[in-house]
Parts: sequence; C-alpha cells; structure tokens
Amino acid sequence: MALKDATAIVGIGQTPFARRLDASEKTLACRAILAALDDAGIPPSQVDALASYTMEETDEVEVAKAIGAGDVTFFARTGFGGGASCATVAHLATAIATGQASVGVAWRSRKRGSGPRPWTDTRRQLPTPAQWTRPYGLLRPVDEIAMLARRYMHEYGATRDHFFNVALACRNHAGRNPAAIMHGRPLTRETYMTSRWISEPLCLFDNCLETDGALACVVVSADRARDCRRSPVYVHAAAQGLPAQHHGMVNYWNDDPLTGPSWTAARQLWKTADFGPDDVDVAQIYDAFTPLIPLSLEGYGFCGRGEGAAFTEDGALELGGRLPVNTGGGGLSEAYVHGFNLITEGVRQLRGTSTAQVPGAATCLVTAGEGVPTSALLLRS
Amino acid sequence: MSSMMRGTTDNGLLAPEPDDDGAPFWEFAARGELRMQACGRCGELRFPPRPCCPRCGAFDSEWRRMTGRGSIWSYVLPHPPLLPAYAARAPYNVVVVELADAPHLRIPGNLVAAPDADIDSVDPALLCIGAPVRVTFARLAGGVVVPRWLLETS
Ligand SMILES: [Zn+2]
Repeated sequence: MALKDATAIVGIGQTPFARRLDASEKTLACRAILAALDDAGIPPSQVDALASYTMEETDEVEVAKAIGAGDVTFFARTGFGGGASCATVAHLATAIATGQASVGVAWRSRKRGSGPRPWTDTRRQLPTPAQWTRPYGLLRPVDEIAMLARRYMHEYGATRDHFFNVALACRNHAGRNPAAIMHGRPLTRETYMTSRWISEPLCLFDNCLETDGALACVVVSADRARDCRRSPVYVHAAAQGLPAQHHGMVNYWNDDPLTGPSWTAARQLWKTADFGPDDVDVAQIYDAFTPLIPLSLEGYGFCGRGEGAAFTEDGALELGGRLPVNTGGGGLSEAYVHGFNLITEGVRQLRGTSTAQVPGAATCLVTAGEGVPTSALLLRS
Repeated sequence: MSSMMRGTTDNGLLAPEPDDDGAPFWEFAARGELRMQACGRCGELRFPPRPCCPRCGAFDSEWRRMTGRGSIWSYVLPHPPLLPAYAARAPYNVVVVELADAPHLRIPGNLVAAPDADIDSVDPALLCIGAPVRVTFARLAGGVVVPRWLLETS
C-alpha cells in the first residue's frame, strides 16, 4: 500500500489573523474547522479522524464534541511546535489510506499574539534540556537559531542582505494577500537594515509575527475527493525528520549542526515521489526566522550545501522568480500560526486561487519547522 | 518589577536545573572542574549526558576531565525582550565553545573579561568565531557554579 496520491486535501478554513483576537483558542479552532468542512461540503458528523500539534490547550476531545463529530477512530498529536505542521496532514493521510478512518481534520489554533510566551515568565521551572542553555541567557528560539545563523554566515559567506531577500519576498507576497497581517505595509532595505536587533545577527524583521488565529484542513481518500465541492489537492508524498543524534532546536553538538532535520525529511520525501526538486512549481517553506529558508533550500535539494543564501539573490523567491516561496506571506508577513498557513496556501496555489498565484502551479512543497524534528508534504493538483 | 518577576536565583540569572544524567557535570563544576561524560566501555565522549552510550549501548559511564581549552564555534548577542535579569545586562554574549579535547563536544556558555565578571563584560568587538578560549568558573548568587570562558590572551 502506498501513500502516493491516495488521499487529498478537499477543504481549508481559517479565522482572521491579528495580534489580538478576543475569542478563545478553542473557539478559534472550532471556527476554522467548521469553515474547512464547509469548504469541502462535508458535514461535521462525518469526521472520524483528528490530527493536531502539542503545545495547544484545545484537545481532540473538546474539538470532537464542539463541532459535533461522529465516532472518532483515529487521533494523533505531534510534538516539537512548528515541526508538527505537515505531520498532521501526513498522519491523517496515512490513517485514511490504511482504512482507519474516512474524513480527517487537522488544525492549529494559537493565541501567541496576546497570550503568554515562556521567556516572559521567570516562575516557570526549566525543562531538563534547558540546563545546558538557559542559564547562559540562550533563552528564546531566536537566540538558538541566531547561533546557527552566525555560524552559517561564517562558513558560507551568507550576509544580512540574504536574510533581507527572504523577508522582502514574504512581505511582497503579503502585499497581495488581504488576510495577511502585513498587508499594505511594504518593507524597504533601509527599514530592515536600521531596525532593532533581537538577537544579533538577527533583527526585528528576521522574526515571524506573534499572532492569534486558527486554520484547518480536511483530508479524505482520493476516491471520495472526486465528489467534493473543490478540486482535490493530492498528498503526493509526506515525511518526518528526526536526524541521528539530534537535540531540539539547540542542535550544536552533532557532527554537522548546519544540516538539520530538513535533510532527513527530504531524503525520505524525494525517495517516495515521482518528481524531484526541479519540478516543484512553488514552495511554502517554514519561516519562523529568515535563516531557516536558505537552510531548508539546501536541505530539500533546491541547491547545494552552502548555496542557500546565494539562491535568494535576483528575486528568486519572488513571484516570477526561480522558486516563488511563501506566496501568502508566510510566518514572517502573513501570520505565525506554527506553519499551518503554509499548508492552506499550498492548497490555494494548486487550486489556482492564491492572491500571488504562480501560473499553472501543479506541484508544491510545504515544509514544517527546520531546527526541530520536522515534517514535509509534497502536494500536487 | 514585582519580586515574583525577579527570577529563580537571587541575582535573577536562571540557575541550571540538573537532571539525573546532568547532575555530575554540575557537581564537578562546583569543584572547578570541567568534566564530560564518557562511555565506561568504549570510551566515547558524549554531550549532553544521557543514560547509555549511543555507540555501544553500555550503561556505565565515567566523567573525564577536560583541559578546559577550546574555541568559539559561534556566538549571539541577545537584546530585549528578555527575562528581566538578562534584559538588564543586554546586549550580553552567549557563545558555543568547541572543546579542544573533543571538537564535536560543543557547549554553550558566556565569554567574560575576568573570572568573576558579568556576562556583558566583554566588548562585542572582541568576539570572533575561532578565537581560542579557556574555561573559568563563576559562582552565581545561591551558590550555583557555572563554567564561563576567557579569551586566551597570547
Ligand atoms: Zn560506548
């Protein structure tokens, strides 16, 4: 039995994105899920599979009850924050392809814009792995990634201009997307270069947006998808990646810290696909921080080791460029909802309904967080 | 700022919270020794500490003394928003040091200008990947000892 094209995403839904939304995380989750089911034309009572991330308070029991799901026969939650995004769809696709369920819903709901962030709460006890980092002041995800970014700049000559290329492409795409938080707010090189530092060498615009919002999608078998309201977007390949001797986001002590989990996910992904990186029309690459894009471009094979920064030159990531990336604006400029907006934007591209549509896009790579145990999807129309 | 927001040690810097595997590291640090876990059977060094050897599977381990010499593999300069005690010192440095004895053992720390100096005591212009460093030990308020790093002057 193969996963290849056996299932399809047939519905997507989302709430508005904002720094602050009044509704609870659970309410936002339910709104997004019901919108996705409505998009698919499938009643909630037919939902029998649920997949989500950890680090969220809304659990599957609450969601199933609230939306009026039927008997649920498959549920799964994946850990490691943004690394889980594509795994949610992958787990539903596997469950449906193997007959464990028939209608799956995956979602992400967050109140990261208005809710608490761990580094603002000193009362919280440190989890065990943090004994090696937190006392020294390596406190936030941005500090942990900036450490890799500095080394990457040193080894390969990457510059802040390369990171700016990433931030600019995402901002330009957000400029076309009315749902994006940064819609109508263009970015200039001068604004980028003179913005405040967050963790040198990374500045304000190298960081994603803290966002409230929720998204969801619906997965069914390819057979059933043909009868749905929307044209199916097939799950062509899926993979997770937890490399040998990996250690969370502070992966500084294995043989090669600059080849992160994306390399592991990519090897598995391409092994099971009918096409390769050169055949990808558009990519949605996890962008909690700008350096994750060049690192992922290398990991997923769009260029060689150390060439990810140079790949961003000459508008390569823009509409009309070599590989348009994060065409809804991504985590940097649309919304940071642990990467789920990259999945829904991938679906829009293959439906031909993106606000930054790549003409004729038929294949799309979607990735989850690099640096943490990750996941990825290859979607095709 | 309320006392609740002051942090988990008297001066506000976070104290390490050792687990069973990591506790020996901090006990040796309190005696001014930088020691790393090594397999009791095949001798392979490993970091962070863990129950068994990823190379041979043995559960015995020993704690091998390092020379305390290394070089800067990478570094960052955090700026606010940060926990209050760190914000008060920002921008400070965090370095990852590659140990001379075992280049794949890299450990995070801070570069300081003198053994008892604070984590913002080194001019950021002096930070440089590849710069040789040597270990020192600082006693935090509350008695916890953490390794820190000094630039080799010669
Ligand atoms: Zn061993």
